[in-house]
Amino acid sequence: MHGRDPGYILVAHGSGGKLTGDLFRDLFLPAFRNPYLEQAGDQAVVPLDGVRLAVTTDSFVVSPLFFPGGDIGRLAVYGTVNDLAVGGAVPAYLTAGFIIEEGLSTEDLRRVVQSMSEAAARAGVSIIAGDTKVVERGKGDGLFINTTGVGWVPPGVELGPARIRPGDRLLVSGPVGDHGAAVMARRAGLDFEVEGLVSDTAPLAGLVQALLAAFPGAVRCMRDATRGGLATVLVELATASGKAFRVDEAAIAVREPVRGLCEVLGIDPLYAACEGRMVAVVAADVAEAAVELLRTYPDGQQAMLIGTVAEGPPGEVLMRTVAGGSRRLELLEGEQLPRIC
Amino acid sequence: MKFADEFRESSLARDLSRTLAREAEAIGRPVRIMEVCGGHTHAIFKFGLYDLLPPSVRMIHGPGCPVCVTPRAVVEMAVRLAEQPGIILCTFGDMMRVPGRTRSLAQARALGADVRMVYSALDALEIARRHPDRTVVWFAIGFETTVPGTASAVRRARAEHLHNFLLLCNQVTIAPALRAILEAPDVRVDAFIGPGHVSVIIGTEPYRFVAEQYRRPVVISGFEPLDILHSVFQILRQIRSGRPEVAVQYRRAVRPEGNRLALEVMEEVFEPRDQEWRGLGVIPASGLALRPPYADMDALRVFAGLLPPALPDPRGCRCGEVLRGVATPPDCPLFGTACTPSYPMGACMVSAEGACAAYYRYGRSTAAQPAAEVGEIARS
Ligand code: SF4
Repeated sequence: MHGRDPGYILVAHGSGGKLTGDLFRDLFLPAFRNPYLEQAGDQAVVPLDGVRLAVTTDSFVVSPLFFPGGDIGRLAVYGTVNDLAVGGAVPAYLTAGFIIEEGLSTEDLRRVVQSMSEAAARAGVSIIAGDTKVVERGKGDGLFINTTGVGWVPPGVELGPARIRPGDRLLVSGPVGDHGAAVMARRAGLDFEVEGLVSDTAPLAGLVQALLAAFPGAVRCMRDATRGGLATVLVELATASGKAFRVDEAAIAVREPVRGLCEVLGIDPLYAACEGRMVAVVAADVAEAAVELLRTYPDGQQAMLIGTVAEGPPGEVLMRTVAGGSRRLELLEGEQLPRIC
Repeated sequence: MKFADEFRESSLARDLSRTLAREAEAIGRPVRIMEVCGGHTHAIFKFGLYDLLPPSVRMIHGPGCPVCVTPRAVVEMAVRLAEQPGIILCTFGDMMRVPGRTRSLAQARALGADVRMVYSALDALEIARRHPDRTVVWFAIGFETTVPGTASAVRRARAEHLHNFLLLCNQVTIAPALRAILEAPDVRVDAFIGPGHVSVIIGTEPYRFVAEQYRRPVVISGFEPLDILHSVFQILRQIRSGRPEVAVQYRRAVRPEGNRLALEVMEEVFEPRDQEWRGLGVIPASGLALRPPYADMDALRVFAGLLPPALPDPRGCRCGEVLRGVATPPDCPLFGTACTPSYPMGACMVSAEGACAAYYRYGRSTAAQPAAEVGEIARS
């Protein structure tokens, strides 16, 4: 019968939404259970001989491999580096595993690797180990890359949803939805018709370190808004912190071409992926200054305050819409798909 | 591509909301407005427009989601086709998750069938070009919005002598569905918000009978919040004046005569046929069949034996009533429990335009708090 897990894996299990969470909770966590995994953060912080070591891993399966403003290689570096950074860690090393489909052009692989090397240099990390596997034609999507990142958390840095308090402010480092829109435009063959759609793929470590240095103790928690976009991150943070969030849609910047494309495809930019934006929860008294600080950085020029932490039902994110109505934000279930009618 | 911020201005929306309240009061009785198109259902939830509508105005969700109205037997046929050796079945993403008899196309793919998600009929045609040794079936669903695309794919396939491109056709037209709703004994609708994208193609003429024969207003609306509020205003005005007509609120996109080129190619390739709709039964002349010169591309002919007899909806499911606007999604006992977007039982829970999905995603206890208060907290 329908309405239940069919007993095998579907693409939706890997989409980062509800089914991915179910897999983690019902299958992986019970098998691997330990206190670090239980925190289910973007990275694990483990003690190692007096150092707080931060570790994270991610696999990249984006199609197409090249998109406006980036490629799978750059994504594989920044995605992992950013997962470390938003945990307050200083990223140091990466490993890279390549699963290549037979037939991929060497030139494409070279471009991807070159792009990874540049991204690693910009993010200040070294790629110190790797692995290469080739699968038969038809058994891969050109190229998959897995990256594992290692970094360290400086003494005194304590971040996490448990530190979020009512009255704290919600901050986003820039316009949202650029990456998702750029990739969707390319997939739908619309990227030549919509000018200015460019992925926001960028490293976040600089912004994060600047915030942490300027406002020690006042930064409660940070996340990068990747799959599921800003809305999903907000719901996750509200749930993990047991608080309610109030958000103002009018305060959230969405670039003009992104808005336009989302209109055409019937997609909500708040759920479209970002690859260079972070959401930070900061104490109210430093919120304005934090935004000012971020705006002095090229990747943070359009940083904005979008809402407030409130007392209320845990996990509830209520948004005042641009029309003046209210709407509850939920986790993304499944993929966002273009409209048919 | 210019995005119109002026269609979202919240101060204008509040003004309009007050005007609406006055109009509704002057009418003095409840008004039931059906938004035919799932895109409008979605927008109403997405922008929290219920907060801005007078309590006496009730929005009813119509059958305007092509994924939702595709009969279960046809979905099952698609699954069976996909499981034939040598076939590549191409479809829109949302269609992949609708359950057939035992599984959905997404599940069939997980079990080995070659099912591909595409964005248009032309993408499916391209797959047929690249795989001359396989049979590519385009699962054609949709209202008049997507039909011209399918029609031109059919024409091109013929021109290029591609013999491996077939259509599993379940395309529908909007006007006969409106008539069926107006004729249904259990449905009570005072007016319609007409579909924006469909009307770009067909214009206003096909709706005329609604105003003339059935004395109900039709206002074709855009998808921005102010578009919808403005359309409700026009409807209330018409009701108050007692002069129903077909009006276009979505003037920046819809011309009264529609898109002639698109209509021509549709006309050349397809002809009307009686068609079963989930929830509404068989509606005369509401579907589209390939015309005789193209009939050899009809997968239903080539694989006639695979079409199962009619399949009723699963037990407990109230999709049919939801699609007629007789029940709201929370009235369904499966809503949010056995039926969720991750594991949908019915089609209305699948596509973003389906009423159940919209309720599930936005509806549950939205407006638990007055909008004004939310805004103040966010800004404080
Ligand atoms: S909740 Fe599910 S089963 Fe019930 S009407 Fe909606 S889609 Fe159909």
